[in-house]
Amino acid sequence: MQFDRPATTNPIDRLKVVGQPIRRIDGQLKTTGRAMYAYEWHDTNTPYAYGYPVGAAIAKGRIKSIDISAAEKAPGVLAVVTAPEVGERKKGKFNTAKLFGGDQVQHYHQAIAVVVAETFEQARAAATLISVDYAEEKGSFDLRQAMDTAVKPASGDPDSGAGDFDTAFKAAPVTFEESYSTPDQSHAMMEPHASIAVWEGDELTLWTSSQMIDWWRSDLATTLDVDKEKIHLMSPFIGGGFGGKLFLRADAVLAAFAAKAAKRPVKVALPRPFMMNNTTHRPATIQRVRIGAQRDGKITAIAHESWSGDQPGGQPEAAVMQTRLLYAGENRMTAMRLATLDLPEGNAMRAPGEAPGLMALEIAMDEMAEKIGIDPVEFRIINDTQVDPEKTERPFSYRNLIGCLKTGADHFNWSARGRPGSRREGNWLIGMGVAAAFRNNIHFPSGARVRLNAEGVVTVETDMTDIGTGSYTIIAQTAAEMMGLTIDKVAVQLGDSRFPVSAGSGGQFGANCSTAGVYAACVKLREAVSQKLGFNSADVIFENGEVRSGNRAVPLAEAAGSKGLVGEDTIQWGNLTETHQQSTFGAHFVEVGVDVATGESRIRRMLAVCAAGRILNPVTARSQVLGAMTMGAGGALSEELAVDTRRGFFVNHDLAGYEVPVHADIPHQEVIFMDETDPMSSPMKAKGVGELGLCGVSAAIANAIYNATGIRVRHYPITLDKLIGGLPDVA
Amino acid sequence: MQSPIQLEISRRNLLISSAATIAVTGAATGEAVAQGARTSMQHMSKVSLSVNGESYNLDVDNRTTLLDALREHLHLTGTKKGCDHGQCGACTVIVDGRRINSCLTLAVMHDGDEVITIEGLGQPGALHPLQAAFVKHDGFQCGYCTPGQICSSVAVLEEIKANIPSHVTGDLTTQAAVTPAEIRERMSGNICRCGAYSNIIDAIVEVAGTKA
Repeated sequence: MQFDRPATTNPIDRLKVVGQPIRRIDGQLKTTGRAMYAYEWHDTNTPYAYGYPVGAAIAKGRIKSIDISAAEKAPGVLAVVTAPEVGERKKGKFNTAKLFGGDQVQHYHQAIAVVVAETFEQARAAATLISVDYAEEKGSFDLRQAMDTAVKPASGDPDSGAGDFDTAFKAAPVTFEESYSTPDQSHAMMEPHASIAVWEGDELTLWTSSQMIDWWRSDLATTLDVDKEKIHLMSPFIGGGFGGKLFLRADAVLAAFAAKAAKRPVKVALPRPFMMNNTTHRPATIQRVRIGAQRDGKITAIAHESWSGDQPGGQPEAAVMQTRLLYAGENRMTAMRLATLDLPEGNAMRAPGEAPGLMALEIAMDEMAEKIGIDPVEFRIINDTQVDPEKTERPFSYRNLIGCLKTGADHFNWSARGRPGSRREGNWLIGMGVAAAFRNNIHFPSGARVRLNAEGVVTVETDMTDIGTGSYTIIAQTAAEMMGLTIDKVAVQLGDSRFPVSAGSGGQFGANCSTAGVYAACVKLREAVSQKLGFNSADVIFENGEVRSGNRAVPLAEAAGSKGLVGEDTIQWGNLTETHQQSTFGAHFVEVGVDVATGESRIRRMLAVCAAGRILNPVTARSQVLGAMTMGAGGALSEELAVDTRRGFFVNHDLAGYEVPVHADIPHQEVIFMDETDPMSSPMKAKGVGELGLCGVSAAIANAIYNATGIRVRHYPITLDKLIGGLPDVA
Repeated sequence: MQSPIQLEISRRNLLISSAATIAVTGAATGEAVAQGARTSMQHMSKVSLSVNGESYNLDVDNRTTLLDALREHLHLTGTKKGCDHGQCGACTVIVDGRRINSCLTLAVMHDGDEVITIEGLGQPGALHPLQAAFVKHDGFQCGYCTPGQICSSVAVLEEIKANIPSHVTGDLTTQAAVTPAEIRERMSGNICRCGAYSNIIDAIVEVAGTKA
């Protein structure tokens, strides 16, 4: 199905199942421990062996030699596979640093060997017996030092602008300029990257933990130099991803090589302390924001620049992207510069670009509002735009940022906010903060197959993944709505490379694109049903488990016949994203208390108001936003991969040193969805919320801390050491 | 519930067929594993465990954690390995009535102990009240920390009932109360990176019978 005109009325609009607060259909499996994740596939008769990875102990250089003799002789060891022995391999299309192979070391904990043994304990013990002789080289690990060497990236649209920023900025009655920084962050999903590889002849079956089945399959085929058709990849349950499982990872490659060498099925999981340096992370940024405005608050000039680093051949963290679209202003510029660093590969983490970009921009907006003397909610409303400010002939498909801000301000009792440092309850300084949320709506083609059987049950098959997002449930809702069934008559099978290729899970495009693909497949199935019954498909109604045309009504089960019927299609996207800017919007409101003696910040209240098209399931969508708000709290207050700029690695590479929020950090959270649809987006009229929910959260917290204390912190995370010097005397 | 269960069954059948192929190609079998174990007898111990009311006699490597005994030996994979060193809580199980991180304790230390895992609390169609409340309040997303969260919450409510104080208990001379603050504090060893905390507290508070 080609989607090239705005959606009109369609069966989804009935909203009998779609849009309803339906509990997850996989909920009972997950809460009883019966959902099987990658490392857990088990068959009694299969002699699994265990692979344990070995990572490079240097950040850059060459392996002169690896001595595996002791490891090979260790009890239970079946095979040892080393990177030099495997040799240089072709790299997957989506990988920047190589995953395994050759004698060059590109970053700390890059996989250099895997030990296979009968048991996990034997493999782990033997892995410690490997000794490596390196020729270490000097690397570059410090972004601030490397800033001067940063260059304009060759691709990725690094610069943009409109009007004449420099002239307008100089002429503006009120001007503002500040620099900000965001640290390297880690996905830190709960399920470590894990794979089980089973070879049968030249065919490989891989159970893994992947957000993008087809990307992984292609890149694994490239890395192993085998035909993609020979690889069967499965990932029905994924213990979190956040972008960290978008691209093929080392566990899959190591498991495949290890299983080949040991001639056994092999399980490999990345040990937790290995993950943060072996896999990808969200790169640190240094950002500069300049804003010029009239005294009435209207922005006349806005500039946002960002510096980040990555491995050679990598990409910048696109922290300026939202600034191209979020606020009006005739004169504007953005620029991204990229330094070469020899830290582990930087890549996408939940809301790449916008998450760190809004951490800076939305503090700047708060600062500028104060400088002009306008309420920060009002300042954002004044500068709303209904067109792409860089290309003013391009309207937004639908934009209700103002509604989010106003609704949130009312609901949060924003008018009670006082001057910075003015509210104190006992030892707590209390403040409120706001920030806008913004994230684009992205489209990828998405396919699905739907089967109707003689019992009247519809089964959906697609390689779409559910990383906690609720894909199983919203896909079942979509098929139920399209076929006129209740949700218990729909089965969903996901995450298998034998199924049609879907959009996958990433960039908050998964829900809208994958359900649109299921919509397209259901249209095909409806046609097949109508044709079989000799109905004129134009007037056919699918409702209450029946197919009706005129005064004829046939149960769907009967229409299926003994052989059943199948519909398969892929949704393809026209140019509506070019003619119209499609984005999602929101507003975050936060209240914090800061301990006047210790500088400890505690979040007291959080509200997100989101405008993201039709909400397919308010239960799962709300959870997406709650989780994103929680991640934003971590980003504001504690999350930072500490760089050892001498040795070139992330020091705090576990969950004790890298502090993600825990229960005690998070209060009861509230989410409001604006009631809207976006017919430009898809037949579902939906957009995404999973990343929108994170965008702006950390800045809202930073602004609340400023309101509480009068201390402005521009370098995340806002730990107590950055506050304590500016707090009032306790006594 | 239909779909993922079907999915699981189909995968299992598929794996059984792959396994059969491998066995006839002459690779190692279960017997070979047992032989390997005999040669390193000094590293092995016999352990008797009661897990979810069933008795198991295991020969385990002395280095095997209780977590790996459950997952790799008994194939009770509901208990999750998130960090393998006591930082995340995904492996929480209840041993002799108290919750522990099963990754931080060796199986050989639990001879004769009674272990309750997530599988022992309830099954699809017959959920424990906390499992049902987690489903109702959407107290999970990816589901990987969920068994640990639920085992922990079962034990937390018992700890409060037993008047065991926590860091946030104000008055040690009165009965500890089931408040959201107490539950948050006591649940803080169970990390949920999906960030379902707000819903998890709603679920636990509902089961505890008090208002959030």
